[in-house]
Amino acid sequence: MLRVTALSVRFRRHDGSHATALSGLELTLARGEVIGLVGGSGAGKSLVAEALMGLLPGNAEVSGQITRDGQRLAPGQLALAPQGIDALDPLTRLGDQICRFARLAGQPPPDLPAALARLGLPETAARAFPHELSGGMAKRALIATALATGAGFLIADEPTLGLDPETADRILALLAGLAAQGHGVCVISHDLPRLIAIAGRITILQEGRMVETAMAGDFTGGDLRHPFSRALWAAQSWTGADLPC
Amino acid sequence: MDLQLMRRNWLARLLLERLIRLIWLVPLAMAGLFTLVSLAPVDPVQAYVGARVAQVGPEQRAAIAEAWGLNAPAPERFWLWLSHLAAGDFGTSITYNAPVLDLIAQRAGASLALIGTAFFLALALGFSLGLLAAAMRGRWPDRLIRGLAVVLSASPGFWIAILLISVFAVGLGWLPACCATPPGLTAAETSLGARLTHLILPAVTVSVVGISALILHSRARAVAFLESPAARHLAAHGASRLRLAFRYGARHALGPALTVHLAGAGELVGGSVLAETIFAWPGLGQATVRAATGADAPLLLGIALATLLFVFCGNLLADIAARLADPRLREMR
Repeated sequence: MLRVTALSVRFRRHDGSHATALSGLELTLARGEVIGLVGGSGAGKSLVAEALMGLLPGNAEVSGQITRDGQRLAPGQLALAPQGIDALDPLTRLGDQICRFARLAGQPPPDLPAALARLGLPETAARAFPHELSGGMAKRALIATALATGAGFLIADEPTLGLDPETADRILALLAGLAAQGHGVCVISHDLPRLIAIAGRITILQEGRMVETAMAGDFTGGDLRHPFSRALWAAQSWTGADLPC
Repeated sequence: MDLQLMRRNWLARLLLERLIRLIWLVPLAMAGLFTLVSLAPVDPVQAYVGARVAQVGPEQRAAIAEAWGLNAPAPERFWLWLSHLAAGDFGTSITYNAPVLDLIAQRAGASLALIGTAFFLALALGFSLGLLAAAMRGRWPDRLIRGLAVVLSASPGFWIAILLISVFAVGLGWLPACCATPPGLTAAETSLGARLTHLILPAVTVSVVGISALILHSRARAVAFLESPAARHLAAHGASRLRLAFRYGARHALGPALTVHLAGAGELVGGSVLAETIFAWPGLGQATVRAATGADAPLLLGIALATLLFVFCGNLLADIAARLADPRLREMR
């Protein structure tokens, strides 16, 4: 079980004052589970991923606890699939990049055809450079690099951003499949209607604060407690059907 | 064009394009240089006669000019030179009184040894210092390396040469300050170690031309990589800054560094002319200075042609290196 307790992030300004970007986040993630993290732009969703992965700049002050099975989280136990496909090295073939991440985590060289097939990528993708991949393939390639580390817990940051609905569904089904294989998966997304199809619990952020953690059924059943959660769901589930002709 | 086909053919396409460029570039460059040499205020006969001016009368001067074809109009001389060149005859040097092609063949080895050593020395030092500065960005090693690059870029080559001679040759007596071999010995009579010892100071002098640009360029490209999402992705999974810079960032910096360095082959040649003059290095640079001061048009044109081909090859290698380092460039037209 991965547990995040009272996670807060604040940035020191030049004049010595501080700006709080995230406060008091609580998360739990079990193996075999998919959870979601949603919120508007600037709510601090990706900041959570950066704080958990130790990617924040020098003027950031992070407080709170991150544990795995009651122990302090060690390197290699949590992996991140970033949102931008520019997170792939443009000069290196995909197969070499996957091996690179395995080496960094001290893992043996992965069986590339199997690692690619697991994500629905053809074997030939190992020889491809990132610019030769489609958007959906690149997103899956990012997940492949994260999985090569052998970490049991995975954060997928906006895995469906910029993808067509069909590809987005395939990526989310893939993440759900990873959870079924025993990974704990945290999906950061704007795409709430798709997210509730695979995530058991969804934490909603508003301006750096956690407003509630709801079950997927709470969205469709109208059981959301916080007004922001209801507004977010209403905005995202609106289809435009009630527009006057 | 089919993507797979383009991938395979990028090198052939590049070579063909550059060959076409070479076909019009050589005559154009030669015509320009011939014009400059023709307009030079140095009288080749006077330069040839030199101190024997009292012993050579006007008739003899006219005979020399006639023998060298100097009385013909410039376009006719240029055409004559081109037609001889096409037949493999580069003409005869009036300074050395020897066939130009033989002279170039004799001296090119020494120049290539000097330029090649300087090239790799500058590349190894400039590239690794640039990567180190990027990895240590904002800290004292970075400031020190950048300071060194600025000082080197502001230092004239001749001044560096004088400084090296005064410290390592005159002051410490560690290294020779002259020539490619010890006085009185031929290259065949000199050991490899002794020849390498003679190479050090001229090579360091020539390499200084490229080191500062390489340091700053490699640093900038490595910093750009270290700040990229790709590097952050690697850092998130445990890659240190040194590992990021030297292992993963090196390729990002090496392509552009090689491009800059190879495209600057002309500067290396220019630096070698200076170094060969200062260190009495028996290469083409030294011959260039003698040919220029003696209005030795055949030798000057021959060396210019050799230099043009050298710089052209440098630029071609730069283009190939850039495409090898960055696969995206292979698909660009």
